[in-house]
Amino acid sequence: MTIQFAAVRSAPAEAGARPMVAFEAVTKRFGSGDDENQFTALDGIDLTIARGAITGIIGRSGAGKSTLIRLVNGLEKATSGRVVVDGVEVGELGETGLRDLRRQVGMIFQHFNLLSSRTAFDNVALPLEIAGMDRQKIRDRVGPLLELVGLGDKSGRYPAELSGGQKQRIGIARALATEPKLLLSDEATSALDPETTQSILDLLKQINAELGLTVLLITHEMEVVKTIASDVAVIDRGKIVEAGRTFDVFTGAKHETTRALLSAALGTKLPEWLRPNLKPEPSAGDRIVVRLIFFGTTAFQPLTGRLVTELGADVNILAGSIEEIAGEPYGSLVVAYPSDPDVLERANRFYAETGLATEVLGYVA
Amino acid sequence: MSLEMLVNLLTKSLGQTLQMVAIAGLIGSLIGLPIGVFLATSGKGELFPAPVTNRVMGLIINAARSTPFIILVVAIIPFTRLVTGTSIGTNAAIVPLTIATVPFFARLVEASIREIDKGLIEAARAMGATPVQIVFKVLLAEARPGITLAFTMTIVSLIGYSAMVGAVGGGGLGDLGIRYGYQRFMPEVMLAVVAVLILLVQLVQSAGDALARRFDKRNRKT
Repeated sequence: MTIQFAAVRSAPAEAGARPMVAFEAVTKRFGSGDDENQFTALDGIDLTIARGAITGIIGRSGAGKSTLIRLVNGLEKATSGRVVVDGVEVGELGETGLRDLRRQVGMIFQHFNLLSSRTAFDNVALPLEIAGMDRQKIRDRVGPLLELVGLGDKSGRYPAELSGGQKQRIGIARALATEPKLLLSDEATSALDPETTQSILDLLKQINAELGLTVLLITHEMEVVKTIASDVAVIDRGKIVEAGRTFDVFTGAKHETTRALLSAALGTKLPEWLRPNLKPEPSAGDRIVVRLIFFGTTAFQPLTGRLVTELGADVNILAGSIEEIAGEPYGSLVVAYPSDPDVLERANRFYAETGLATEVLGYVA
Repeated sequence: MSLEMLVNLLTKSLGQTLQMVAIAGLIGSLIGLPIGVFLATSGKGELFPAPVTNRVMGLIINAARSTPFIILVVAIIPFTRLVTGTSIGTNAAIVPLTIATVPFFARLVEASIREIDKGLIEAARAMGATPVQIVFKVLLAEARPGITLAFTMTIVSLIGYSAMVGAVGGGGLGDLGIRYGYQRFMPEVMLAVVAVLILLVQLVQSAGDALARRFDKRNRKT
């Protein structure tokens, strides 16, 4: 049998018309009583999650991302504001409505949360048993799911007999069992090594492409967002500080939190020795330190070589990297050259002419 | 005392002990199990939030557990008579044994359930499970090894308790040891009783451990 999913079944013409998830002025406070005991986890969140896309929400631990994702399937309730999932307002659902919604929204977890007492097969079958499906139908459904996640031969194994990556694959199969239209991923790769992380991300990407499933993931790893998310929102202290297409947000990062998270993943962090030596203002004979950012068309041109020729001065490279963000190349190069007015003028002319994005980081002696 | 007499006495007493322990253990655990589940799931913000009832239940259980068993036996004689029609004999002894089992087993069940990773409950909720489904499909299933060990401990304690019900004519191995071994100065009877009890406890514990190991899939190696 083939696996069909709600998102695929719905008319394609409708796709993109209304967001899969919409947060409207959502606030979540924990604790009750006077203000002192209250903790504001989310503060006026406005955000939409596009249908059929993979959207990443990134932030440091404690930023509120776990709370945010749990509002979508009603594991947490918003203090104020609206959370709308595919046209249905979560806050207005009763217990029964909430259970129906949860069967349409799969979820995977950092620590997998598989039942140790059940085999891989029975773990995947659990949501179907809960939904009251009969044994025969469950059997027909679980087999193909295990095949889909590449564990067709591990059906009778217990979680303790599987590796971390395999456990997460079982978690994914279980989340897909009720044919959801939305998959929530709560730090699903944070407990895995880089190689396994990559294979799980590939699987999520494949599921998104083949089944048309909308994926909403939260993570603290830029690497994850960079690899699979087409859209991203950056959350910091309960507020969305930046959101948009992943490539745009990454290349034009404005907020300090985004930059900090990015610098680790994109290799744009300055070398240790350089930072204490950077001065905000130049003195005579100092060299200017500039970050050059290549993306889009500039990423494909031999600009570094031309820079040296155009400046007519020695240029030294202090740091640099070339990455791929949401499938597009992105390079960052930190260079230093003399801060003579002549050289600076030639440099600025060159940047303007080529469309190279730059950022002056400071001056060194 | 002849060997034949000793064997006859031992067999009869062992039968009484087994009868008391089996019936009290079974009924007491059947009552204790749901109470244990309730204790573990009715705290604030849990599956069946009822913090007040939870506190009251906890207090009653603590009170029952801190009452010395021999006092419990005597204190509930009117109740025992109501249930069995008599206050002496093996059947009468089963009543206080059952009542002592309930809070003991309930606390052990509570502890086994509280040990389960909260993430599993969250995962089940995210699948759209009802609280009752979570109890049966997640909590009881995952706690099965722990509950098996809890039941084993309960039976072992019951064997100990059952030695005290000689006070109300309950009979059993403990009673035999006291009456013959102690009061009639027959150390060989006392010795035989102790040996049989040790054997019995060993048997119960080994069987319980083996069963719990079979249920426990957490430490399987690939």
